Amino acid sequence: MNCTKCPTSTRAVIGLPRHNAAFCKACFTTFVHEQVARAIKAFKMFTPEDRILVAVSGGKDSLALWHILLALGYRADALYVNLGIGAYSEESHRKVRHYADTVAASHGAKLLVHVVEQEAGAGIRELATILHRPTCSTCGTIKRYQFNRAAVEQDYDVMATGHNLDDEAARLLGNVLHWQDDYLDKQSPTLPASVEGFAKKVKPLCRLSEREIAAYAVVNRIDYIVEECPMAKGSKMILYKEVLNRLETESPGTKQRFYWGFLDKQTKPEASAESMAEKDQRTLVPCTACGQPTTAGTCSYCKMMAKAKTAAQPRA
Amino acid sequence: MLVQLSHPYRQVEIKGPKRTKELLRELNLVMEAHLVIRGDELVTEDEMLADADQIEIRPVISGGA
Ligand code: SF4
Ligand SMILES: [Zn+2]
Ligand SMILES: [Zn+2]
Repeated sequence: MNCTKCPTSTRAVIGLPRHNAAFCKACFTTFVHEQVARAIKAFKMFTPEDRILVAVSGGKDSLALWHILLALGYRADALYVNLGIGAYSEESHRKVRHYADTVAASHGAKLLVHVVEQEAGAGIRELATILHRPTCSTCGTIKRYQFNRAAVEQDYDVMATGHNLDDEAARLLGNVLHWQDDYLDKQSPTLPASVEGFAKKVKPLCRLSEREIAAYAVVNRIDYIVEECPMAKGSKMILYKEVLNRLETESPGTKQRFYWGFLDKQTKPEASAESMAEKDQRTLVPCTACGQPTTAGTCSYCKMMAKAKTAAQPRA
Repeated sequence: MLVQLSHPYRQVEIKGPKRTKELLRELNLVMEAHLVIRGDELVTEDEMLADADQIEIRPVISGGA
């Protein structure tokens, strides 16, 4: 498979069926940067003057996001929250610090760290047990709070997270399956600072699939933690993602159409608000042969029957 | 070829030569959820992998609520 963009036949490192394309390393990196730049522009995320705080976990998405924003010339610092989940937290913390020291520092970007154990006296698993709450929801509350607080207190204009197309499509599927209407509003890639004390939140990777981001990290030698948080095992999100990936394999572009289509509808809702009854009244007329409603002239039933009768005539 | 897998970490020996696509199918893995890396370079699904190659199949799905 060769790069579909290079004039000379350079070997491709990744095929992208949903874009009918395959890219070499250089063209793929350009493609990823363009996708992020488009998202930033389309959803009015931030400008080159803004100070951005990236929420990093040590995983591929958040480190790739930090990398891309720095490569595009944005002023992006990062915050890592150490959750105190044994070896997983130690390893992810090491990866984040390594990236900050070896890459981000040369762009003048800095890493902020919050250690849950230092403030709460225990890691999130212990906290969850004490509070009789699921670990992931305890974790979510703590991370949201700490990221928002750091962004507001240290005067960042916007907080960026590494949510990708798969995350958003899976979340949308979950929200639709359970008709969580009020959550649907929160799925926009840009959430404004609605009230004083709330940071503006953006998701610049929303146009890129999880696989594309992992590939970007490999191609650009970003050393991220491949191991998953042990609490993620058996989560609903993973199940939704697997289901969507099976659909994606059968018809490339499914995830993108599902999530982007939703965003499209959200941004221009009232334009096509004509009811089904109104539309029928405007477009349907009685069939010239039988009188039942049809879009024009003779209805498809009458046409079909007329044809069948002609064909069935015994040849004389 | 020696194939390294994650979640959980393990290694399996698979007979080559074989295309990336066929290797994934044999292991019952979906392309959309994995990257295939030879040495430290990404390879596409039509790439022919040799018996002597060192391969890593890296999952790309991450979860959590
Ligand atoms: S899987 Fe759960 S506990 Fe682990 S980082 Fe994600 S939300 Fe937190
Ligand atoms: Zn190219
Ligand atoms: Zn009719």
